[in-house]
Amino acid sequence: MTNDILVFVEQRAGRVHPGALQCLTPARALARKTGGTVVACVLGDAPDAAAQVVEQADVDRLIVVSDPALRFYSALRYRTALSAVIATVDPRILLLAATVMGRDLAPRLAVRNRAALATDVIELDLTADGALDAVRPLYNGKATCHVAFPADRLAIASVRPNTFPAPTGAGKPARETLPYAAAPGDDRIEIKEVVKTGGDIKDVSEADIIVSGGRALKNEENFKILFELARALDAAVGASRAACDAGYQPHSRQVGLTGKTVTPRLYIACGISGAIQHLAGMRGSKTIVAINTDPEAPIFKVADYGIVDDLFKVVPLLTQEVLKLKG
Amino acid sequence: MKILAVLKQVPDSTTNIKIRADRADIERAGVKLVLDPFCEFALEQAVRLKEQRSDVASVTALIVGPATAAEALRTALAVGADDGIHLQDEAFERLDELQTAVVIAAVVRDGGYDLILYGKQEIDLDSGQLGPALAEALDWPHVGAVTRLELAADGTTFVAHRRIEGAEERVAVRLPAVVTAEKGLCEMRYPSLPNLMKAKRKPVRTLKAADVPDLGRMIGDIGGVKLHAFAPPPERPPGRILQGDTEQKVKELVRLLREEAKAI
Repeated sequence: MTNDILVFVEQRAGRVHPGALQCLTPARALARKTGGTVVACVLGDAPDAAAQVVEQADVDRLIVVSDPALRFYSALRYRTALSAVIATVDPRILLLAATVMGRDLAPRLAVRNRAALATDVIELDLTADGALDAVRPLYNGKATCHVAFPADRLAIASVRPNTFPAPTGAGKPARETLPYAAAPGDDRIEIKEVVKTGGDIKDVSEADIIVSGGRALKNEENFKILFELARALDAAVGASRAACDAGYQPHSRQVGLTGKTVTPRLYIACGISGAIQHLAGMRGSKTIVAINTDPEAPIFKVADYGIVDDLFKVVPLLTQEVLKLKG
Repeated sequence: MKILAVLKQVPDSTTNIKIRADRADIERAGVKLVLDPFCEFALEQAVRLKEQRSDVASVTALIVGPATAAEALRTALAVGADDGIHLQDEAFERLDELQTAVVIAAVVRDGGYDLILYGKQEIDLDSGQLGPALAEALDWPHVGAVTRLELAADGTTFVAHRRIEGAEERVAVRLPAVVTAEKGLCEMRYPSLPNLMKAKRKPVRTLKAADVPDLGRMIGDIGGVKLHAFAPPPERPPGRILQGDTEQKVKELVRLLREEAKAI
């Protein structure tokens, strides 16, 4: 085992996930402590665009695995390709983003490479004996705990997006290539179709800003004013469980316990009372705005800025003001 | 075809989580335990497949946990599972999720299962490690966070639908395989009282650590994380309720978001 920190920089269709790039920031901090280097790796059928993005960042070494079979994420092919990278680098720590892909892939990598794993971490440090110690939320954000890793094996951590800033400083990493050598049976998963959803509106799991609505919106039609605000802010539209269960929005937009946990830069909750299950899914947001007619609504307890007023009056005005600002 | 539904028992989602004084865990006394909601979706899907298809011979429910987990297993049997496996030993409770996956794989590897269903994550640890880790331990394919599952007529493949960032994927997979359930796959039926009574007569096999040969060697070089220093979530500083008429409040909000929070 070397002292190096390996970062898997996830990309889909040439687009690097911001959360994956953010992993380079704690990777550098850890490498300073281990005395190792930061090695990034990119996989795909045409990973060149993503590789160029990584080359602009603070990375010592870049490994690119390019193969037509890696066009779409497949749990089997990606675990095989990445395990080969792990075998080549022999890192002490592997970081990846806790995205749909990262959450899916990390446990397989851990088992295949006899590693230890913590998912969705928000802090990373090394103990005196050189073992990784991470902090992660659990019980739906109602608690946090430290995760102590054994020092004698690879430590893998998936990192919650928007926890660390994007890396600063540029490196001039040497670019290496590795082939993808298919393991027997890697073709047991085949991606048949990828259909874009949500039109021009971003998905809650990748947006920097989320405008979210609750039961107070009363119907699907009324969500229109949230979509207008979302467009003005280049934001995603989210919804509470109550709003999704009532059929106002699809469950793919649900934020909270049985929906998605989100940590955007800005979360605007409109007509959401703030049930404990909803707060669980969004309390990690950097700035929270609550708009609700009920001054006693629990959402105001987590909000940085609260407006006690009718959302049907506030939201259109807010859209206007934002559009003015953007000229 | 044989289907296995793996289950977990977790604190009810409305539980007020308190941290133990030594911070080694949450306070467990008096906490109401329920079947994990994502496992409910997985279980219901397993039972529906059996009801819809003549080639599904049985649905087995498996749980790792203390004596209390028997209740979750009984719910599964009342909902429609045919038999249960309960891995119940203090030694199992010290395992992390990866080690648990390795142990479950060892127990079910020769069971003749074609499809294993589990939840996409657990509402207690929120980690979602077990499903993909179990698939890797068996060297089976898996699809995570599935919202729709269509088993082919010949029972050798299925197509799963899953959501990724901004898109939906359709994934074709060869059995045997692991599928983890996302909300939307299906809602669990309510177990009726007669079925709860009948469930008592369905067979449950309890396995101890001694029943898993080579346990120590199997888990010695994998996983092994220890959770410690539990804490309540970081407090958010008290917020500000904006004053004035609607227009003043909106203008002030935009100013604060721009100048103070630097969020827009």
